[in-house]
Amino acid sequence: MAGIPHDHYEPKSGAEKWLNKRLPIVGLLYDTIMIPTPKNLNWMWIWGIILTFCLAMQIITGIVLVMHYTPHVDYAFASVEHIMRDVNGGYMLRYLHQNGASLFFVAVYLHIFRGLYYGSYKAPREVTWIIGMLIYLAMMATAFMGYVLPWGQMSFWGATVITGLFGAIPGIGPDIQTWLLGGPAVDNATLNRFFSLHYLLPFVIAALVAVHIWAFHTTGNNNPTGVEVRRSSKEEAARDTVPFWPYFVIKDLFALAVILAVFFAIVGFMPNYLGHPDNYIEANPLATPAHIVPEWYFLPFYAILRAFTADVWVVQLVTFLSFGIIDAKFFGVLAMFGAIAVMALAPWLDTSSVRSGKYRPMFKWWFALLCVDFVVLTWVGSQAAAFPYDWISLIASAYWFAYFLIILPLLGVIEKPLPQPATIEEDFNAHYGSKAHPAE
Amino acid sequence: MIRKIALTASALALSAGAALAAGGAHTHLEDVAFAHEGPFGAFDQMQLQRGLQVYTEVCSACHGLKFVPIRTLADEGGPALPEDQVRAYATQFTVTDKETGEDREGKPTDFFPKSGMENAPDLSLMAKARAGFHGPYGTGMSQLFNGMGGPEYIYSLMVSYEENPACAPDGIDGFYYNTAFPNGGVPDSCKDEHGVSTVPGSWIAMPEPLSDDQVTYADGHPATVHHMAEDVSSFLLWAAEPKLMARKEAGFKAVVFLLILSTLLFLTNKRIWAGVKGKKLA
Repeated sequence: MAGIPHDHYEPKSGAEKWLNKRLPIVGLLYDTIMIPTPKNLNWMWIWGIILTFCLAMQIITGIVLVMHYTPHVDYAFASVEHIMRDVNGGYMLRYLHQNGASLFFVAVYLHIFRGLYYGSYKAPREVTWIIGMLIYLAMMATAFMGYVLPWGQMSFWGATVITGLFGAIPGIGPDIQTWLLGGPAVDNATLNRFFSLHYLLPFVIAALVAVHIWAFHTTGNNNPTGVEVRRSSKEEAARDTVPFWPYFVIKDLFALAVILAVFFAIVGFMPNYLGHPDNYIEANPLATPAHIVPEWYFLPFYAILRAFTADVWVVQLVTFLSFGIIDAKFFGVLAMFGAIAVMALAPWLDTSSVRSGKYRPMFKWWFALLCVDFVVLTWVGSQAAAFPYDWISLIASAYWFAYFLIILPLLGVIEKPLPQPATIEEDFNAHYGSKAHPAE
Repeated sequence: MIRKIALTASALALSAGAALAAGGAHTHLEDVAFAHEGPFGAFDQMQLQRGLQVYTEVCSACHGLKFVPIRTLADEGGPALPEDQVRAYATQFTVTDKETGEDREGKPTDFFPKSGMENAPDLSLMAKARAGFHGPYGTGMSQLFNGMGGPEYIYSLMVSYEENPACAPDGIDGFYYNTAFPNGGVPDSCKDEHGVSTVPGSWIAMPEPLSDDQVTYADGHPATVHHMAEDVSSFLLWAAEPKLMARKEAGFKAVVFLLILSTLLFLTNKRIWAGVKGKKLA
């Protein structure tokens, strides 16, 4: 495997050599767990482990929940109540799984924004970034379909609204929507296919995660300076890095334990805080809830979806130019998916040669504004689509696109970056003093 | 630094902005100090038994509890009725047996009956299906301190029947004015020029269910409307979340365990890195 030079696994005993000749699995695990990792990684580099844990937790709790759940419109809601009341520890399994989705998304957003600030998406890590975006999309699909399974009011109406987005595609939209739903409306066929896919997609995510890790183990981790690990020799590389085990494994486990303490406090003491009360009402196709609101982790993009109404001049212009094919509804759908697409294209939109935001005096402020923008979008997505929220969401959505499409390309040209440290070692020693490397 | 602030802010807002307001009409809600509140709060067994009595004698005339098995009335941490009382309680219901298809007397293994009236919602999950607190500014953050407020909502609904307001002295025919009910109709004469209601609450189809001394408590507890409303709200939360106490206990144990584990991992981490890191300079 390419990458940072380091010691590899050497089979010693006869049995080890025998296995290694036939299947070099120990060597693969050794290289993975002992990978040289920049020693200056800060606390924003813990989210990868948190995310891996979340995936494992969701799969394990999910597998047990499936043993007691019935994917049928007449029984789904009651079977969830059966889990909550009669299954041993069922209430914990279910609350862990339900709140686990929120922990998953908190972690993934912090992980993504870390990458955006430190330029982790830039060459040579574009493939890691793109796979990460695919994982994020698969997570959203999984979370959305999982939310439908309890068959509460928000499950039903959320499914109706979201699949309706595909119905907005000109011409073939309604056919696609029918195909997704398995019928003219959300019904038993929908519940069954969502259940099937909700069980399948996490394993797709697991495979993508393996490729994600493979990709960044090939390029090496990014780090807060954005300066690459020296690779001319093993000795030089060792001055910039420490092995992942035990240094970062223990550090990440510490972070995980702290985060889980908060997580279990939420699960134990306020498990329904992040949910919506309406989902404790069984789905009723004849009664539309007063406010259909998606789960919090969809709100930023939901806000973008709703921001572009028919009275926005950009929408009117596009509608006019496309001879009415792209109406306001379809424009909103394009904007929502476009918001994620521009983020995925960040490696090619960012023209700056400097990787880390630490050394980019102008970028810092625009990035801080993007963070605020994301929070504002999350909040405004939960509000009614009326004045002044319509204006706030329009401005916030516009900034999201402006950041990726205008500011990132422009900054690389006009910004004067600050001097960067020559090596990771130099930066590390400036912070912590020089100490002998453990290898020496 | 900016980045840290921004990231922390976004993390906080992400987790906090989530519980969302249902909006709707302006209503007034009482914050009742229930025994089950707080990290160590536990159901008051006697209150649950009184609440069961109110439910049985008043609510069950129209409403059902179809997700609640009768046998759970004997559960520890719930009303904890003795087994023979639960058996006796079950006999008041007539159940169509699933296997024989014939009507028979209820057994503890049966569920409570479902609602007997078309427009009376099932109450099994009502205490979780309504949020009492939405503020400030619709962020739902007050729920961090007050809880979701489901039982408070039920309590407030019970005690908030009032005379029709001055803007609509005749009210709506067949409906009753309730200042805690957000989802009902409001006469046009009580709306401003934007169609926004000028009065708290709205009109509800359910007539005022409770009146003073409507039930006679076996434990001699005074049966005012307020007391009965509190008791039945608490009982309905138990019906919706029977494992509340076990859940809090599990949560508490997990948090204590994880804090100890965090401390040990923190020390281990420090020790491991001591060979690599000097004292922090900047």
